[in-house]
Amino acid sequence: MAIFEAKNIKKSFGKTEVLKNVSFEIEQGEVLCILGSSGSGKTTLLRCINFLEIPDNGHFILNDKLLFDASENVTRTDEEIRQNRLHFGLVFQQFNLFPQYNVLENVTLAPTLLKKGTPEEIDRNARNIIESVGLSDRIEHYPCQLSGGQQQRVAIARALALKPDILCFDEPTSALDPELTGEVLKVIKELKTKNTTMIVVTHEIEFAKEVADKVIFMADGVIVESGTAEEVIVNPKNERTQAFLSRFNTM
Amino acid sequence: MGFWEVTLSLLDGLKYTCLIFALTLVLALPLGLVISFGSMSKFKPLAYVIKTFVWIIRGVPLMLQVIIFFYVPGFIFGTPILSRFASVIAAFVINYACYFSEIYRGGIESIPRGQYEAGQVLGMTKSQVFFKVVLMQVVKRILAPMSNEVITLVKDTALARVIMIVEVIQAAQNFAGYGLMWPLFYTAVFYLAFVGLLTLLFGFFEKKLDYYKI
Ligand SMILES: Nc1ncnc2c1ncn2[C@@H]1O[C@H](COP(=O)(O)OP(=O)(O)OP(=O)(O)O)[C@@H](O)[C@H]1O
Ligand SMILES: [Mg+2]
Repeated sequence: MAIFEAKNIKKSFGKTEVLKNVSFEIEQGEVLCILGSSGSGKTTLLRCINFLEIPDNGHFILNDKLLFDASENVTRTDEEIRQNRLHFGLVFQQFNLFPQYNVLENVTLAPTLLKKGTPEEIDRNARNIIESVGLSDRIEHYPCQLSGGQQQRVAIARALALKPDILCFDEPTSALDPELTGEVLKVIKELKTKNTTMIVVTHEIEFAKEVADKVIFMADGVIVESGTAEEVIVNPKNERTQAFLSRFNTM
Repeated sequence: MGFWEVTLSLLDGLKYTCLIFALTLVLALPLGLVISFGSMSKFKPLAYVIKTFVWIIRGVPLMLQVIIFFYVPGFIFGTPILSRFASVIAAFVINYACYFSEIYRGGIESIPRGQYEAGQVLGMTKSQVFFKVVLMQVVKRILAPMSNEVITLVKDTALARVIMIVEVIQAAQNFAGYGLMWPLFYTAVFYLAFVGLLTLLFGFFEKKLDYYKI
């Protein structure tokens, strides 16, 4: 049984329909990679999953429970939306670390505010996570003192500290110099070995091929093709997928 | 009239200068935040009302506002409602709160949306996001314009004399009646010392916030 299911998700901004009936499922411990050209709606989809946008249509089911249903004609309170968000983590393309807090404080802030344990537990947990992303020696550095790759690893640690059911990444390496992408992708690969369920929007085709259990290719707000990495990346059937991938192969 | 006598009497005036300064700051700093929230409200009518109010307050000379606060209630109700001092404080607090609100608004709107979203995605409440994530960044951004405003306030306190509050300049002017001009120039020393102190204080805060970049 899928841990998470998104069904018939639609989202428009004004008159532009950005997501047109998107459905997918993900199993516990799986990595789902989402590919697609610019403007195809990948970011919007992740933002919907994290309730930064509210879908106009469709529903989410998490752990067999209906988490969100757009057809329920209720006004959702901030508090409900906030509770729903806690099941998911989101790592942004631009990191969005809190500049006034050091690495440890960035990771402990939310668990502390949400009273996710005693201060000692939160601190210990944060240090363990920071160690797992390889930043133990930077624990008292501020974001402005870190490289992009290090900042993104802190952002991952910050999201992990809340133990989300599903961790989402929106092009986690797109803002990084090429030589720094490896350290971030390595962290994601390690998370996979620890059975972390992840949805990763990426343009790193080789990485997706290696790590993805499932790949979705999106274009113009619809899922054009989905399947295993083998099916979608190595032997794409749809011509839009083929055209998209050929651009990467020639690069 | 000797130097010490003049100094003592100017210090007496300085009491009012300091009092107006301190009370205005203490009350206008939080009130400005409330006004800035109002001007950014998603409820448009409220935002427009607040923006019009800020336009009026910033558009009319502070000296005139002080006069209005003191005399106009008298015309309407037949008797002054506020004492001289209370009128000055009311006019100053409202005026400065409006200026502060615009500085706050600029600061708050300059914080990237990603900071709010990062907080929200981590499950923080709106007020936690504001107070724990955004506020310190706003403070850092507005420190320089705020220090300007606060320094202007020091000198604006002299406007209180239009309704006969004997602040430091009025105290000096009283000596002019005896043909003494130098006390008036002497007041500059007090202002310079006051502003110098504030400059040091703001410099200290800026240093304190130097440890991170936005
Ligand atoms: N808040 C918004 N208001 C209006 N239009 C929006 C908004 N957010 C996104 N869009 C539009 O929705 C479309 C899809 O955007 P989205 O950011 O989801 O694409 P993407 O697949 O993530 O692209 P990229 O690879 O460039 O990040 C774009 O055409 C964009 O202009
Ligand atoms: Mg995007």
